[in-house]
Amino acid sequence: MPRLIRRAADGGFAWADDRFTTVPDEDPIPAGDVILSLTRFMAEGEALLANRRVGVRLEPSEAVEDLAYDLPRIPVVVLVWPNFRDGRALSSARLLRQRYAYQGEVRAVGEVLREQALHMVRCGFDAFEPADGSDPQTWAQAALGRYRHVYQRAADDRVPIFVERGSGE
Amino acid sequence: MYRYDAIDKEFLADRTREFREQCRRRLNGELTEVQFKRLRLMNGLYLQLHAYMLRIAIPYGTLTSRKLHRLAHVARTYDKGYGHFTTRTNLQLHWIKLRDAPDIIDQLAEVELHSIQTSGNCIRNVTADPYAGAAADEVDDSRVWAEAIRQWSTVHPEFSYLPRKFKIAVSASEKDRTAARSYDIGLRIHRNAEGELGFEVMVGGGQGRKPYLAPTIRPFVPAERLFSYLEAIMRTYNRQGRRDDIWKARIKVLVAALGAEEFARQVEEEWVRSGDYADIPLAEIERIRESFGTPAFEALPERSEVFEAAKADAAFARFARRNVHAHKQPGYAIVDIALKNPGETPGDCSADQMDAIAELGARYSLDEIRVNYQQNLVLPHVKLDDVPAVFEALKGIGLAGANMNLITDIIACPGLDYCSLANARAIPIAQAIALRFADPEKAEAIGELKINISGCINACGHHHLGNIGILGVDKKGEEFYQLSLGGSGEADASLAQILGPSLSKDQVPDAVEALVGAYMREREPGERFLDTLRRVGPKPFKEAVYAEAH
Repeated sequence: MPRLIRRAADGGFAWADDRFTTVPDEDPIPAGDVILSLTRFMAEGEALLANRRVGVRLEPSEAVEDLAYDLPRIPVVVLVWPNFRDGRALSSARLLRQRYAYQGEVRAVGEVLREQALHMVRCGFDAFEPADGSDPQTWAQAALGRYRHVYQRAADDRVPIFVERGSGE
Repeated sequence: MYRYDAIDKEFLADRTREFREQCRRRLNGELTEVQFKRLRLMNGLYLQLHAYMLRIAIPYGTLTSRKLHRLAHVARTYDKGYGHFTTRTNLQLHWIKLRDAPDIIDQLAEVELHSIQTSGNCIRNVTADPYAGAAADEVDDSRVWAEAIRQWSTVHPEFSYLPRKFKIAVSASEKDRTAARSYDIGLRIHRNAEGELGFEVMVGGGQGRKPYLAPTIRPFVPAERLFSYLEAIMRTYNRQGRRDDIWKARIKVLVAALGAEEFARQVEEEWVRSGDYADIPLAEIERIRESFGTPAFEALPERSEVFEAAKADAAFARFARRNVHAHKQPGYAIVDIALKNPGETPGDCSADQMDAIAELGARYSLDEIRVNYQQNLVLPHVKLDDVPAVFEALKGIGLAGANMNLITDIIACPGLDYCSLANARAIPIAQAIALRFADPEKAEAIGELKINISGCINACGHHHLGNIGILGVDKKGEEFYQLSLGGSGEADASLAQILGPSLSKDQVPDAVEALVGAYMREREPGERFLDTLRRVGPKPFKEAVYAEAH
């Protein structure tokens, strides 16, 4: 079973089995839990949700707004990084967490590099398929160990510097 | 000057430690150049034609004498004894060795300088009014807001992998000294009818291949809502900006494609939906303001007899006319230092000159020195009584040129002498033109005339904003230069229009002379070059160049 790095409720990172099968649009739906493209989810998701868990995979050009009403019954939203320079998924993740208060898993796939672990975690990602051989330890170090302080509020619970200084709550 | 507190220092220490580790891994072969590239480009380290180039951020162009001394030290120890001030008020060192880079970064960090986000598709060094805190006409101190923007944009989790680089300018008076309409976001601090402080927000300016002046998308954002509004703009751009074509990836293309009105509507909608989550409390803005402190001005009479008497010397009188500006504090002046000696490279400054200017800043300018986008330096707080002494000291280091905003005060990018993107050289063109007009009386008789030169379409030399813009182009391996007329980066902003066929290197000084000749023939009393051009149109200028330059 494929593995991914997942952030636990206690904030730590560990390997976890991926129980979902990512299904290409042209393939038949296999047994068990699946992850579908947005297009296929729109067409077939309703029926499939009756007897299994269904996650949705969004390309960077696809808007999280289109999933707004389905989010409560989707256990995982997969956000694709076609290359590490394409930061659109960071906005998508923040919207999922902050605008829609999404509680499920937000997973990064594609060219997922440890240099961006901090950005991803701060924007609300909590599952990762690293493309650079990172393990949970290197990932945790990159996400949490690089900077003792952060300057802004984001989708995580880190206290921004201006609050540390007593300038705000 | 903003002073880092313990938290700012720890943040910078974390960053420099990380960079040292990355350099170590590159030097011992753990990282390939391809892997290292994306890391070094987050730290302003470029690989250019001859060597590594380090671009050091000078946040909103402000320096203390200690910082400038340190830049001098770094230039002397790790480079060839000089540095290049850029149109983005950064300092570039063009001859760096990779193995020295971590030490340089550490040396800079000791004086609260860094190279964070001076490259990459992120929010770059913020620009403020170079006369902030000194100008008689400012509504508020633009440095305070620029520092708040610096902090907010530093390692921003959502906006560090944008479609393209992103630049913000903060202007604080009617007279725009930042070229705000040429920025991705230009902010103008002003007060509304109720007297409340806020920002006019201009979005989508830019130079490069397709120049635009930024339209205003909101005339007034209240000061306390600035950061949520900025996030709404950034998110709209991050999600919708083009990523398929590097030449169409800047926000100006998105704003032009949607239209300013539709872009503004989308930002407004995003802003309303996001609420005030991203806003930075005004208490923090006031903390930053207090950290800058108030310069210890003395109570002085408006008029200085020492200053007036010194004008008996014609050279000083010219310096006083060209380089000395009104200060908000009686008895004080703002003094510009031109890094534009005819024959030298615009913006270049030797380590010895940096040390000398740092001394002047410490002794005569309440320890402050500024860099402006015209690649000149500024002593913002000089007593009128001291201006003659400053002038004498500048003469001693060869920087007493009284040519601010004159034909020899040329903006030029490093061009093909250094830059791997360039098509043509910019520096020798600037030198040749400046030498042609080196006689200061001749230059002053011509009056305000801004020449901007870029070595390629990326427009680092701001050629679109020059009264005369000169763009280097490559024609079958030969360097040619395209002339444009009528640009302005000030409050009356306009984009220069192409004059005609491009010229060879040797024809350029003649062509400039022909343009000046046409202006002198056509001008009416009190008109600047730009005024005459706007009144009579390009025809006489075009005729002069293409008749006389051949």
